[in-house]
Amino acid sequence: MKTASRLYVWLVYIFLYAPIAVLIFFSFNQAKSRTVFTGFTFDWYRKLMTNDVIISATMNTLFVAIVASSIAVLLGTSAAIGIMALNRKLRALVINVSYLPMMNPDIITGVSLMLLFLFLRMELGFTTLILAHVTFNVPIVIFNVMPKLRQMDKNVYNAALDLGCNPTQAFFKVLLPEIMPGITAGFLMSVTYSIDDFVVSYFTSGSTSQVLSVVIYSMTRLKVSPEINALSTIMFVVVLTILLIVNVNGSKKEKLEVRKIGGGSTL
Amino acid sequence: MKRFLAVAMATVMLLSLSVAAYALSDQNYPINIEDMDYYQRFQGQDVEINVYNWGEYLANDPVDFIDVNAIFEELTGIKVNYTLFASNEELYAKMKAGGTNYDVIVPSDYMIGRMIKEGMLQKLDYSNIPNYKYIGEQYKNTNFDPNNEYSVPIYWGVVGIIYNKTMVDPSEIKGWDILWDKDYAGNILMFSNSRDAFALSLLDLGYSFNTTDEKELREAADHLIEQKPLVQAYVMDEIYDKMEGGEAAIAPYYNGDAVLMMKENKDLDFYMPKDTSMFVDSFCVPATSENREAAEMYINFMCETDVAAANSIFVGYSTPQTEAYKKLDEDLRDNIVAYPDVTGLQSMLTLPEETNTLIDGLWTETIASNSGNSPWLFVLLIVGLLAAAVTIVLVRRAQKRKKNMY
Repeated sequence: MKTASRLYVWLVYIFLYAPIAVLIFFSFNQAKSRTVFTGFTFDWYRKLMTNDVIISATMNTLFVAIVASSIAVLLGTSAAIGIMALNRKLRALVINVSYLPMMNPDIITGVSLMLLFLFLRMELGFTTLILAHVTFNVPIVIFNVMPKLRQMDKNVYNAALDLGCNPTQAFFKVLLPEIMPGITAGFLMSVTYSIDDFVVSYFTSGSTSQVLSVVIYSMTRLKVSPEINALSTIMFVVVLTILLIVNVNGSKKEKLEVRKIGGGSTL
Repeated sequence: MKRFLAVAMATVMLLSLSVAAYALSDQNYPINIEDMDYYQRFQGQDVEINVYNWGEYLANDPVDFIDVNAIFEELTGIKVNYTLFASNEELYAKMKAGGTNYDVIVPSDYMIGRMIKEGMLQKLDYSNIPNYKYIGEQYKNTNFDPNNEYSVPIYWGVVGIIYNKTMVDPSEIKGWDILWDKDYAGNILMFSNSRDAFALSLLDLGYSFNTTDEKELREAADHLIEQKPLVQAYVMDEIYDKMEGGEAAIAPYYNGDAVLMMKENKDLDFYMPKDTSMFVDSFCVPATSENREAAEMYINFMCETDVAAANSIFVGYSTPQTEAYKKLDEDLRDNIVAYPDVTGLQSMLTLPEETNTLIDGLWTETIASNSGNSPWLFVLLIVGLLAAAVTIVLVRRAQKRKKNMY
């Protein structure tokens, strides 16, 4: 039984990671082919570093993701705090309204945003791209921050006021640290969604700049270059490293805290 | 966590900056420019042009080859904002929607005709494009731009049949009907875009691929449905993987791609039916562009002999620039796959709007034909989803009530 369940887990992981493994494997292929492996090389990585089209698209993607997520964090966090302060009926209404953009298919969000920008006579470009990304990132932040607010003991904030904080101080010293994990999670998820996004970016990008996903799609008439494999490999490794560092750090902290609490109890 | 991201980002940024500077001064394919003075006109004026091109359509490999856009920027001081599209229809939609401002675009023949008709292009001043003289006569006075007013060709090619010699006997291929041959059921690939797919079906039926006759088009659609059980997949660039890997035996595609595939897999060969269509992709300047002269400079640069040759070598598509053709390797020049005899070949014409709509509709029907889709299924699905949602709400409410009772 145990071996069977173990086997099952392995199968699941193989299924999840096999595509990435294949992608990484072919980033080292000498030929441009995606089926025939002719020899090992780092050429595609070398070429990637000087490929202006891909590099600038990557930079655009990261720029849009970071800026849009930062704006979304500001908007989303304040919105979440505001929503929690509403009465029950109004709160339910506002929550559902904020859910809608998340439930909407991307293509509807993309097309409607494009139509809106054109209606407002805006030139499509970085501004519209960032605005569009903020639109679908705000709900993500709201729904990451809200649970933290709900978990929080409201009396802590009131206690801070009682003990002489003014509301601003109470916000920054008590409320914000309390909901910080939610904000961080919201930010990271927003960044992920932004980098992931193709459909919305496709409709809202303009004549001067494009994001990576659109550039990759444009390569499908001829052939997606293995440089994209190389880039994906690098991104995968970077994300993996970040996750490892964060988790190792986290578990260390946890151990420390456990020890502290343990030490305290003996006193 | 944010800090890590910031550090990672900063490293990437620094890397790309240092790399861009290095790329310019180190080119591996010498470019000789005939008239250097011509390119100095916009020097130091901070001119920018927005170029909208197919993905992977210009030489862009500063390490082992050259990056033509970078050389143009260095040479002229004009900044090129380079963005990419994947199909003519995408280009058209993006321009029609507005909110964009392109200076150079690269549509194919039938799309050029359509854009001219709709006033989306502006006439070029060919005195600003002296290198136009190198474009071969057979690529001028085309049926989409009969008076050579709007377009400058960059690549051309033909549609043909790529096949695997180990799976198909070359003597059996006599025309398009091989794509309908039951012996190769499950080993045939087909175009996934409507215009090309219908063209092949019409040709096999003996009609013109520019037909507007509804009866002929409906017949072509039926013919495509007939072919459907034999087709392994409807593809775009996946054709490379499938053919190179030997997963399919026969596929219609462009000759330029065939040259590249045959390099990877020696078992592949190319057959060009005599009644096939020829495509020409050309530079055009949209009517909305305010930088026509800079755009013309860009187009002229791309027609420089060395630049055109470099692009053709890198992309694998055939060049219409006669001097550049002479610069190519002998075996490529004499390769009848790369440079087939095109006398008498037609290119696709712009179809009237109602024909386009008809083809798109028929194509959708073709693709969906045997899955038995009916509008009722759609309604049923929606009703089912709503019912599920309502049930969930009701069940939850009942549970809550139960809980509240205690």
